Amino acid sequence: MATETPPPAKHPASLPSTEEFTEVQQSAEFGELRRAHRSFAFPLTIAFIAWYLLYVLLSNYAGGFMGTKVAGNINVALVLGLAQFLTTFLIAWWYARHAAAKLDPKAEAIKSRMEGGA
Amino acid sequence: MSPAQHTLTATGRASHTLLAAGEASEHRTLIITLFAVFVAATLVITVWAGRQTKDAADFYAGGRQFTGFQNGLAVSGDYMSAASFLGIAGAIALFGYDGFLYSIGFLVAWLVALLLVAEPLRNSGRYTMGDVLAYRMRQRPVRTAAGASTIVVSIFYLLAQMAGAGVLVSLLLGITSDGGKIGIVALVGVLMIVYVTIGGMKGTTWVQMVKAVLLIIGALLLTFLVLLKFDFNISDLLGKAADNSGKGSAFLEPGLKYGATGTTKLDFLSLGIALVLGTAGLPHILIRFYTVPTAKAARKSVIWAIGLIGAFYLMTLALGFGAAALIKPDEIIASNKAGNTAAPLLALHLGGVDSDWGAILLATISAVAFATILAVVAGLTLASSSSFAHDIYANVIKKGQAGEKQEIGAARWATVGIGAVSIVLGALARDLNVAGLVALAFAVAASANLPTILYSLFWKRFTTTGALWSIYGGLVTAVGLVLFSPVVSGKPTSMFPDVDFHWFPLENPGLISIPVGFLLGIVGTLLSKETPDEDKYAELEVRSLTGTGAH
Repeated sequence: MATETPPPAKHPASLPSTEEFTEVQQSAEFGELRRAHRSFAFPLTIAFIAWYLLYVLLSNYAGGFMGTKVAGNINVALVLGLAQFLTTFLIAWWYARHAAAKLDPKAEAIKSRMEGGA
Repeated sequence: MSPAQHTLTATGRASHTLLAAGEASEHRTLIITLFAVFVAATLVITVWAGRQTKDAADFYAGGRQFTGFQNGLAVSGDYMSAASFLGIAGAIALFGYDGFLYSIGFLVAWLVALLLVAEPLRNSGRYTMGDVLAYRMRQRPVRTAAGASTIVVSIFYLLAQMAGAGVLVSLLLGITSDGGKIGIVALVGVLMIVYVTIGGMKGTTWVQMVKAVLLIIGALLLTFLVLLKFDFNISDLLGKAADNSGKGSAFLEPGLKYGATGTTKLDFLSLGIALVLGTAGLPHILIRFYTVPTAKAARKSVIWAIGLIGAFYLMTLALGFGAAALIKPDEIIASNKAGNTAAPLLALHLGGVDSDWGAILLATISAVAFATILAVVAGLTLASSSSFAHDIYANVIKKGQAGEKQEIGAARWATVGIGAVSIVLGALARDLNVAGLVALAFAVAASANLPTILYSLFWKRFTTTGALWSIYGGLVTAVGLVLFSPVVSGKPTSMFPDVDFHWFPLENPGLISIPVGFLLGIVGTLLSKETPDEDKYAELEVRSLTGTGAH
C-alpha cells in the first residue's frame, strides 16, 4: 500500500545517484540526524546491557542480597527481575517518543527531497 | 537457549515417562480434534495466502503490507516457541527463580533489535539478512557467508524445535513408540513444507498471528485461574509454591539450578550474554521486518512485540509458580523429568482432575502447544530457504542474473530440501541433547551475525575481509566450542555420553565466541589492505537512516 512498487531491477529506478548520496551523507542536516540517532541509541544500549549484566552477576554472586525479603514472600531478586521488565518497557517507550520527535521529521525531510529530486 | 531446551534434554532421555496417571492418553481424542481444527484452519489460510502470492516481494516479504501491530503479533509468534511456553513454565515449576532468569534475557534482548537493527535493516535490505551484510561489500563471498550462517543458525534452531516437538507431542499424546515419534516429526515437517511452499511469507505471517493470539489467550486464561485460586495475592502464591516445592525460600532465590559451582555460574553468565545478544542476529526474526511497508512500522512491530512477549513472560511466571504451588513436585517430575508438561498439568489441576473441565483445559492447552511448535518451525524454514534462494542461488550461483520466477522456484525447492533434511535429522535427533542445538543457534547468531550487522551499519572502515573474518570466525568458534563441550560428550546428559573428548568446560560458548566474533571483525578490517567502498557506505548510511529508496 504505502510502498513504492519495487521494480524488478536491483535498485529502484528512482534511487538517487552515488554523488547525491555522498553529498547528503556529508551535509550538516544528515549529520544532525546521525547524531540524534547515535547519541541516543549508543549510550542507552551500553546502559541497558550494563544493567542487565549487573543483574546477572548479582544473581550469580550475591545470593544473600538477592534473597532479602522485601514484603511478604517477595524478595529483592523478584523485584530486580521485574525491574528489568519495567526498564525494558520504559526504554522501548522512550525510544519510540524520541524517534517520533527527533528522528522521523529529519529522515522524512531528507527522503522526500532525495526521492523528489531524482 | 531456554530452560525448555535444557529441560527438553532430559525429556529426550526420559522419553518414556508419560503424563501422570495417563491423563493425556484418556483425552487423546479431544487433543487430536483440537489440533486437527488448528491444522485445517491454518491450511485454509495458507491456500488463501498462496493465491495472493504473485511475485518475490509477496513470497519473501508477504507483500510488505502488514501493519506494525500485525507484524508485532507475528514476531511474538515467531519468538515464543513451545520452549518458552512449556519450558520456562516447567523450569520455574521445578527450579523456581532460576527459570525466570531466562525470560529476562529473552526480553531485554529485544532492545538491541529496537535501538540498533530493525529500522536500518528494513530501510536498506530487501529480503534477507545477507542483503544488508553484503550491501557495501564484495557480493559473492559475503553473501555466501551470510547464507551459510543463516542456514546453520536456522537449522540448529529448527532441529531443536523438531526434536523437542517430537518428544513433547509424544508426551502429550501418550505416543511412546519410536515409529510413532518419527511419524510426528515427519508430520510436523510435511506441514511446515506445505505452509512455506504454498503460503510463502504471507501464509507464514498469518499462521504466526493466529498462533500468537491462541498462545496469549491460553496463557491469560491459566494465569487468571491461578491468581483466582490465591485471591490475587502474589505473596501467598509464592509462599505456597516455596512450601510445596520442599525447598523453602531457596526456591524463590537465584541459584537452585545454576548456583552449584564456579563453572555453572560462568556458564550462566555465558548463556546470559548469548541470549541478550543473540536475538538481534536471528535471521528468522530479522526477515520479519521486511513484511511491513516502512521503518516506522518496523519500529512499531518491535514495540508491540516487546509488550506482548513481556506480558507473556510475566504470565509464565504465574504459571510456573502456580504449578509449583498446586501440584506436588513428584507428580510434575513423574510426568516429565524436566518439567515440560507442568503447564498442561496445571491446566488439568485448575479445571479439576477427573472432571470434564480439567480434560477440556488440558486438551486446549496442549493444542496451543502444538500450534506453537508448527508456527515456529514454519518461520525458521522460510528464513533458511529465502536465504538459500536469494543469497546463494540468485546472487552467488546465478550472479544476480536469475529471474524472479526462477528465484521463487529455487526458494520452494529449498524449502522442500530443508524440510526433508530436518525431518531426517529431527527423527535421528529425537533423543539427542537439544540444549546444545539451540544454545548453538543463539550463540552463533550473536557471534557471527550481530557483529557483522552492527559494523556494516555503523562502522565506516569495515571491509569485506572484516565481514568474512567475523562471520566465519564467530561461526567456527561457536560451533567448535560446542563440539568440544559437555553438550556433545563426556557427561551422562551429553549427545554422546559414552565417549569423552570435551575440553571446554562450559555448555554455552557465548562468553568466548561472541567477543571473538566482534574482535575478528576489527582485526580482519585493520589487517586487510582493501580500501572500504566509501560511496557504497554513503549510500547504505543515508538509506538506512532515512529510508530513501527503500523497497
